[in-house]
Formats: sequence, structure tokens, C-alpha cells
Amino acid sequence: MAHEETVYDALDQAHGGEGHWAFGTGFDDPLAGVDTTVPDGVDPADLGAYCLMLGDDALVLAQRLTQWVTNAPELEEEVALANIALDLLGQARLLLARAGSVGVLGRSRTLAGDTIPDEDALAYFRDVDEFRSTALVVAPNGDFAQTIARLLVAATWRLALFARLRASRDPVLAAIAAKGVNELAYHRDHAGRWLLRLGDGTAESHQRAQAGVDAVWPLLADLFTATEVEARLTAAGVAVDPASVRDEVRSVLDEVLTRATLRLPAWPADAAPGGRLGRHGPELPALLEELQGLARTHPQATW
Amino acid sequence: MSMMTSTADPRVVAESVTDPELPMISLSDLGVLRDVRIERDGSVVVEITPTYTGCPAMGVMRADLVHALHEAGFADVDVRTVLTPAWSTDWITPEGRRKLLEAGIAPPGLAPVRSEGPVPLQLGTTHRTASCPLCGSADTEELSEFSATACKALRRCRSCQEPFEHVKEI
Repeated sequence: MAHEETVYDALDQAHGGEGHWAFGTGFDDPLAGVDTTVPDGVDPADLGAYCLMLGDDALVLAQRLTQWVTNAPELEEEVALANIALDLLGQARLLLARAGSVGVLGRSRTLAGDTIPDEDALAYFRDVDEFRSTALVVAPNGDFAQTIARLLVAATWRLALFARLRASRDPVLAAIAAKGVNELAYHRDHAGRWLLRLGDGTAESHQRAQAGVDAVWPLLADLFTATEVEARLTAAGVAVDPASVRDEVRSVLDEVLTRATLRLPAWPADAAPGGRLGRHGPELPALLEELQGLARTHPQATW
Repeated sequence: MSMMTSTADPRVVAESVTDPELPMISLSDLGVLRDVRIERDGSVVVEITPTYTGCPAMGVMRADLVHALHEAGFADVDVRTVLTPAWSTDWITPEGRRKLLEAGIAPPGLAPVRSEGPVPLQLGTTHRTASCPLCGSADTEELSEFSATACKALRRCRSCQEPFEHVKEI
């Protein structure tokens, strides 16, 4: 049998030929066989909420990056952005599945059919106020330079968090972080190299890189403020205090901008959490409509 | 419960299953197959680890393993995901590297050293190098840090001008 046939046959057979939910990634349980016991002294609701925060950042940024497909300035870069989005989508899958494994499903489970995996139910059937993504990843792409500036900040911040999360008392979170670090380091390097190229390029690319950086910097304001959930989980050795990564993030961003001959914008004052508490501007409903609309219109569709 | 009805070695069967996206190489040679064992009740437990977190081939790998073991007479097969330690290209076997090369894909060099602390930033031109899998020239350049699958970058040979894929070190 030709290999091309076996790939689809294998998936079809695995589901008894009964058809598979038409949306989402859930061909199989991404945590199949992983020990998902909650560590002692940790509130499962907190752990699930924290996984949603980290998972939603990845899911929403993946969706934003995917919007460049068919629009990127060159084919290789389109492939790059799509690959970065795929890595983030993989992280989101594991983190949302982890949230589901501790019973944090919000209202999604009542809207999603019983056969839809947890991570898909959470991605497709939560309402906007249940999303825990930060304004940094929710903001529209802007032009390519702004997309790169945002990607640099997001990858730098997430890499710093994940590097510390490798020591989390939750072994699932620690394992997801250890894997994510390798991917995020690659994303950060890619965005950093692009910003150098744009900042230290032509007058036009320099001006647009500076404008992109200037537009993104205010979104740093709430990245280093812990929610109550994060504070409790940090004390329990499960989460990372976002304030603890500020210096590392700042030093990496300063280094890249300086070498890119870009002016460092003023570092914004710390702000209270917004997106982490489900408070979002008008951009997120529009993004979710694109992400969720078809699945919510045809929740029973199979292929 | 189902009994073991096969005299085949489940490890040999599992090791014969190939990667869906790199069909020239087995899951074993790719370093994705971490363990194969028979439990006391006769069931076969297979442990696999994803290359990249978002690798869409995991579901197919799982299904291919179950299918191959069923065909070999093992009725009860449990394929488990192992997330830690994270997969590294250093786990690709010499045999796997040879097969990649034969298929025109440059195998990875040594993976970056992993430490527990902050990850150093790489802003210069990429330090990755790869010899051309077609003509053997070391004079190659990177076209893109990403390629058609999550695990590869795209390069071009300056000697024979051919583009080729390179399994990137991770």
C-alpha cells in the first residue's frame, strides 16, 4: 500500500470509520498516558486557570500569525510564521488539555458535544470573557514590522516564563515548558534577526520597524503583574511570578533594539491584569468569530 | 481480556513503523519511539515522544503503531505519550542519519547545549551548517529557518545550486 494511503487509512481506522469532528486538532488525546495527578496542596481550579492563561496566549497568537498565510512578504517567511503558529498551537493544545484534565472547562462543555476533546471544547466553545490571553497577543498584526516586534516581545517573555516553569511542581506543566523552551528560543532568534534586518535596513524599513516597536511597547504594561491565581500558584511552586522575568525580558529587548539601531521606547508602568481576568477590547471578539464561527454554527459536523 | 496471540517481538514490529512525514526513516531511528514492552496481562505498551509540540503527525504515528501491532497479532495495544525528557535531534540514530542523507535531506548536527538558566540570544547569521546531501559540498547557505515540516529548515548549495532540506538541531 502506498504511504499516502496509509496515513489517512490509519486515522480513519483509529476512529472506527465513524467520522471525526470536523474542526480542531483532536485526532488523539495529546496527554494520552501522561500522569495528570495534581500535585499536593494545589487547587485544581487554580492550576486549570493558569493553564488557560498560558494556553490562550499561544492559541490567540497562533491565530494572529496564521492571518499572514497568503499575505506574507515572501513565501519563506510565510512558511516561517505558519510554523511558529503551529508550534504555539501545539503548546496551546497541551495546556488546554491540561486545564481540561483538572476539570476546568468553563461553560464550554455544555455547548460542545460530548465527543469533542477538552482542548477543542475550550478553544471553540468558550465565550470571550472566559479567555485569559493578554492584550499583547490579542492586538491586531499591523504591518510586517509590527508583527515581528510583537513576536519578539511575546517570544522573549514566554521563553523567560517557560525557562523557569521547567522547575514547576506540576510535572505536566514542567514537561510542556521544557519542550516549549527549545521552540520559543528558535522563535525569539527568528524575530530578533528580522528586527535587526528591518531596523538596520533601509530608511523605510527602519521607520516602520520603529513604528512597530512604538505600537507594541505599551502592551508590555500588564505582562509583569501577577493575578491572584498566579500569586497562589507561585507560592505553591507551580507557577512563575511574572514580575520575576521583567529584568531578563528588558535586557533581551534592549539588546535587540540597540543592535537594530532602534530607539528604545519608554518602558510602560506596571498595570493591573486585564486580559488575564477576561477583560478584553473589541479585537478579541472579532478574532474569536474568525476562529470559532464555523464550528459554533455547525457543532455536529463530521468528516 | 484479550490474550497475547502473537509470537512476534512487539519491539521489532514497532521499530518497523516509519515516520509519516519522513517515510524513509523509522520512528525508532528518529528517536520518537521510547519504549516497547509487554505487560503481565499480555498487553503491549508503546511509549512515544513528540518531536515538536505541535507536530501534527503524532496522531498518525499512534494509529500506525496500533495498526502494525494489531496486524502482528497483538490485540491489546496502548500507545502512551512521554513528554519528558523533551525530544532532541541527538536521538536520531546513525542509521536514521544515513537514510535521511540518502533521501536528500541533510541530517542535523549536534543539538545546542541545554542549561537550566536563561537561553542565550542568537542574533548573528545562523551558526547552523550543513553539507549538501546531493554533491557533498560544505558551501551551503540557509534560505529559511523553516520548511515544509516543523522539524526542517531550507538550505541551498552554492556549489551545485540545488536547494535541500535540513533537519534542524533542537
